[in-house]
Amino acid sequence: MAGYLLNRLWQSVVLLVIVSIIGFAVLNLTPGGPLSQFALTPGMTQEAMDRIAEQMGLNRPLPVQYLDWGWRLLQGDWGTSYRDGQPVLDVIGRHITATLLLMGTSTAFSIAIGTWIGIHGATRPYSIFDYSVTIGAMVALSIPTFWFGLVGIYIFTLELGWLPAGNMYTIGDGSFLNYLHHLIMPSLVLSLVNVAVWSRYMRTATLDVINQEFVKTARAKGLTERRVLMKHVVGNAMVPMITLAGMQLPSILGGALVTETVFTWPGMGRLFLDSLGYSDYPVVMGLLMVSAILVLLGSLIADLLVALVDPRIRVG
Amino acid sequence: MSALAIPVHTPWWRSRGVRRFARHRLAIIGLVMITLLTFACIVGPYLLPYDSLYIDLRARFAPPLTGYHFLGTDPLGRDVAARLLEAGRISLLVGFFAMLLSTMIGTLIGVVAGYYRGAVGAGLMRVVDAFLSFPSIFLLLALAALLQPTPIMITIIIALTSWMEVARIVEAEVRSLRERDFVQASRMMGLSSAHIMFREILPNAIGPIIVAATLTVARAILLEAYVSFLGYGIQPPLPSWGNMLNGAQQYLSTAPWLAIIPGITITIAVTSFNFIGDGLRDALDVRSDHM
Repeated sequence: MAGYLLNRLWQSVVLLVIVSIIGFAVLNLTPGGPLSQFALTPGMTQEAMDRIAEQMGLNRPLPVQYLDWGWRLLQGDWGTSYRDGQPVLDVIGRHITATLLLMGTSTAFSIAIGTWIGIHGATRPYSIFDYSVTIGAMVALSIPTFWFGLVGIYIFTLELGWLPAGNMYTIGDGSFLNYLHHLIMPSLVLSLVNVAVWSRYMRTATLDVINQEFVKTARAKGLTERRVLMKHVVGNAMVPMITLAGMQLPSILGGALVTETVFTWPGMGRLFLDSLGYSDYPVVMGLLMVSAILVLLGSLIADLLVALVDPRIRVG
Repeated sequence: MSALAIPVHTPWWRSRGVRRFARHRLAIIGLVMITLLTFACIVGPYLLPYDSLYIDLRARFAPPLTGYHFLGTDPLGRDVAARLLEAGRISLLVGFFAMLLSTMIGTLIGVVAGYYRGAVGAGLMRVVDAFLSFPSIFLLLALAALLQPTPIMITIIIALTSWMEVARIVEAEVRSLRERDFVQASRMMGLSSAHIMFREILPNAIGPIIVAATLTVARAILLEAYVSFLGYGIQPPLPSWGNMLNGAQQYLSTAPWLAIIPGITITIAVTSFNFIGDGLRDALDVRSDHM
């Protein structure tokens, strides 16, 4: 187990290094670059630009800049934001909770609903329910998330006046209830796609298990259909779902970022857009790294969970 | 692979694959919808009484079905129907060419990674994994914000952030095909690696590639819509389905049709491609680990 864990950790570190190289190359090789923010300042001269480049260390060769950045990163110094001089880690730290809360709420909700739909459909394959859910899932996956958010705002904020259109709190009201009220619409909008994905996978996973010998055995033993389903089928169908949860993490995170931009939810997606607008390279780079770390950590945990849950997998 | 084994004398439109596709009702619906939509986008702008760029400040915010403004007008009094169809040309073209480019990149990397085991293959697949391990939306937005957002550039950027799925599928397919007898035989005949990879192995992996490519069109249309919605994509006055939604949020209470009409059109286009992809999966008998 320890050997497996070390191996997986090592692979994740290698991936992180590649991710950082890709991110660094994208941000530094494209025209403009970190200096472009100063170029339009009135009275800017070439000497002043050169001096800024010198002070920011931008006149060094790119590989040197990358190694310097990477070395500081390892020491916990992720640089400071160009916008307000705050340490990048602090800036991201202030936004990460909002994103994780949104993702967590939506994921919990969509796993519950999606699992139920998947099992219900798999036990009645090719019924009207199964068929309409399959089609519904495909349509749901085709709706642009941000547009669905707009429709939600139109219906529930503008027409019905039930839910707020954005933000985490009403100004001057920091209560938990107020927060929940703001959380409903973004998490439901984000759940649309997630429910579709979960239900499709759960349906397949359940169908895979339901035809196996041990299920027939359980039935032959005279167990009730409900007990067979709950204890033998669902338990085994859940195992591939853990791997899936790990694999789905980038798209769930991506979906959360999209949703944030529509609902002005103060998370990492909002921060990323704002930072792009300000050419705040250190924060943009930091967000790329943090999201990659989150995703890799997620898949690592999923793999470990599968190894723990499934006795057929003996790692080590 | 049956495609190689039996000489087929039935014409292609009566082959097993086509018959299976035709039985797939949703795929046919998708095909019909996308054909109609494409046709409308090509021909429609010539038939409508208004030009997509014609500004008429006396007719601002006209709701749908006002006079000959079938779908209403926007904040500048431009005809929404004309803009929608004009935008469809751009969005569909971006989607199609992004698919073409990303499928080519993905196929190339997948074939090479699958054929050369060892350092080359492992190294390439690590790069694929790295691209997959952060939300591609971040990369897409960063590139779109930093580069000149012309339609061609947006197409390239979308392709650069959506080739990984194809690469993975092709790699897995090639890795299993390379052990087959016909590949061994080709090797013994002294054919070059390039020939074996692209002339012998690749044609046998074409089914999964076609399915993945169809789904990539759907994905590319969604990505273009999102980037343009945020203002980093296709720039006005050139209309695209995404940038028609840019700004629609602030008129949501007074002119909801500005948000609703382009969104429904995007959904119809994307759903159609997803339906077609699903039908092709059945017709070409592509095994997949989901659905």
